[in-house]
Amino acid sequence: MTVTHPNSILIGIGNPFRSDDRAGLEIVRLLKEQIPREMRCVEETGDGAELLDAWKGADCVILIDAIQSGAPPATVYRFDARAESLPGWFSHASTHTFGVAEAIELSRQMDEMPPKLIVYGIEGLDFSPGTELTPEVAEALPAISKLILREVLKASAVRLTKSV
Amino acid sequence: MSAKSVKVDLLARVEGEGGFQVKIRDQQVQTAAIKIFEPPRFFEAFLRGRKFSEAPDITARICGICPVAYQMSACQAVEDAFEVQIDPAIQELRRLLYCGEWIESHALHIYMLHAPDFLGYEDVIQMAKDHTDAVLRGLRLKKIGNTLMTVLGGREIHPINVRVGGFYRVPEKRELLALADELKWARDASVETAQWAAGFSFPEFERNYEFVALRHPQEYAIQEGRLVSNRGLDIPVAEYEQHFAEDHVQHSNALHSTDLEHGAYFVGPLARYNLNFESLSPLAQATAKEAGLGRNCGNPFQSILVRAVELVYACEEALRIISRYEAPERPFADVIPRVGAGHGCTEAPRGILYHKYRFDEHGLILSAKIVPPTAQNLKTMEEDLTEFVSSRLHLPKDRLQWQCEQAVRNYDPCISCATHSVKVWIERS
Repeated sequence: MTVTHPNSILIGIGNPFRSDDRAGLEIVRLLKEQIPREMRCVEETGDGAELLDAWKGADCVILIDAIQSGAPPATVYRFDARAESLPGWFSHASTHTFGVAEAIELSRQMDEMPPKLIVYGIEGLDFSPGTELTPEVAEALPAISKLILREVLKASAVRLTKSV
Repeated sequence: MSAKSVKVDLLARVEGEGGFQVKIRDQQVQTAAIKIFEPPRFFEAFLRGRKFSEAPDITARICGICPVAYQMSACQAVEDAFEVQIDPAIQELRRLLYCGEWIESHALHIYMLHAPDFLGYEDVIQMAKDHTDAVLRGLRLKKIGNTLMTVLGGREIHPINVRVGGFYRVPEKRELLALADELKWARDASVETAQWAAGFSFPEFERNYEFVALRHPQEYAIQEGRLVSNRGLDIPVAEYEQHFAEDHVQHSNALHSTDLEHGAYFVGPLARYNLNFESLSPLAQATAKEAGLGRNCGNPFQSILVRAVELVYACEEALRIISRYEAPERPFADVIPRVGAGHGCTEAPRGILYHKYRFDEHGLILSAKIVPPTAQNLKTMEEDLTEFVSSRLHLPKDRLQWQCEQAVRNYDPCISCATHSVKVWIERS
């Protein structure tokens, strides 16, 4: 039995050369083999315009990004973006372009938001140049991936039930 | 005696961190200062001792919006120093890559950063609810610019495929042809962009600027040409430093450029339009006319229209280059270092970007000088503020502040670019 509504997408966001900022990308790479074949996996830099394009037409979007909220490293946040706006600290500190939070608000205003849009924020510790995660985040990654996989499988199953 | 000031501590919708303050006393503007507190970034210093081949990739990091401009000016300067001959087909590909950057940057500024000023919204997110079609058009335009950069540059931000002498890999014709349909849409959407922006209301404001831009005999200058102005300047790029100087001012971590003869000057879309209108394509010229622009434009608030005209041109140029493209025999020319100096200047979306390097016999950089467009416009922006506020002292403060912010955004300032270097003066008494 296959998923008949393949319009779901898993998006990892980050800069692979900024240490813990790569957490979202690593999770997508870990999950690639375990999620339904029909689900698209995408890696993005966090540019808002690209994100809007990436999730266009999708009915279920799960987005994973590294964040800096001040919580202990590897803390996981889950937001239902349709129900609430992301907190201010989720915004990337770039003034000329716009990031995840801005893309979500823009799509909300334009009525272009996917029916389901879940955002996971993984607290990072070190965002300085580097290609390795800090040990605290690296150790927590398998457990966080499992958590997200559960949500992905649940979302697929829901759509599958609806379609039969 | 009365004193007041119009002050914005942190400007929104510009790249980098800066603000401005206009001080008014007895109904007269005393000072107008664009305050740039973005920390200095020392690019010129850490280029010293690096190999010539690293200059395009290191300087591209100065800006995420116009990395191609940095790469093109850097390549041109190195190739000038080592007398490298570039295959015309490579020059065309560079122009195509540059068109991608213009499209991406102009679409971003018109729709996301500047239009909210004219339509009375805090930002594009607020604007999107009432102007959804326009915002979607802007995003799709920006996207085609990004796609061009990805196909030619390897990725949309900080391209990795550019090298001194050419490219690491050149595209096959079919890769470029695949972009044609979307570019045709973009050309038409750019015409619509101009028509849309023509409906905005523009504050009446004109000054007698000195415009400075590159000029090329065969084309609307982007990646090569002589430096010209409407005050009679007509020089090769190598003579830039004989005519323009950089000064440090206390309130800014970015240097201010001046024309040694005439003072403040103006670079960017408005300068290019005024100096090179005849080189625009017939469609771009017609679009300008239909949008209400004359042969010359001295109102910086109308720069949004000129950016739309340049969008039309960039899309047409991209289509022209793609339709004639034949892959060059070799993706790059050989480069043999030698002792010497080289100059480069190209038209970044915001205006001329000047690079100069000196090299030793191994091609190691002995010194680097980079003058970005925003640093060249800062003095003019301050003069605009002085004059603009002087004639609008009667306006309520919040309205005046709004229009002042708009006056700064006319220049699409990139503060991150402008603070790539800093000079330190020590005063002893």
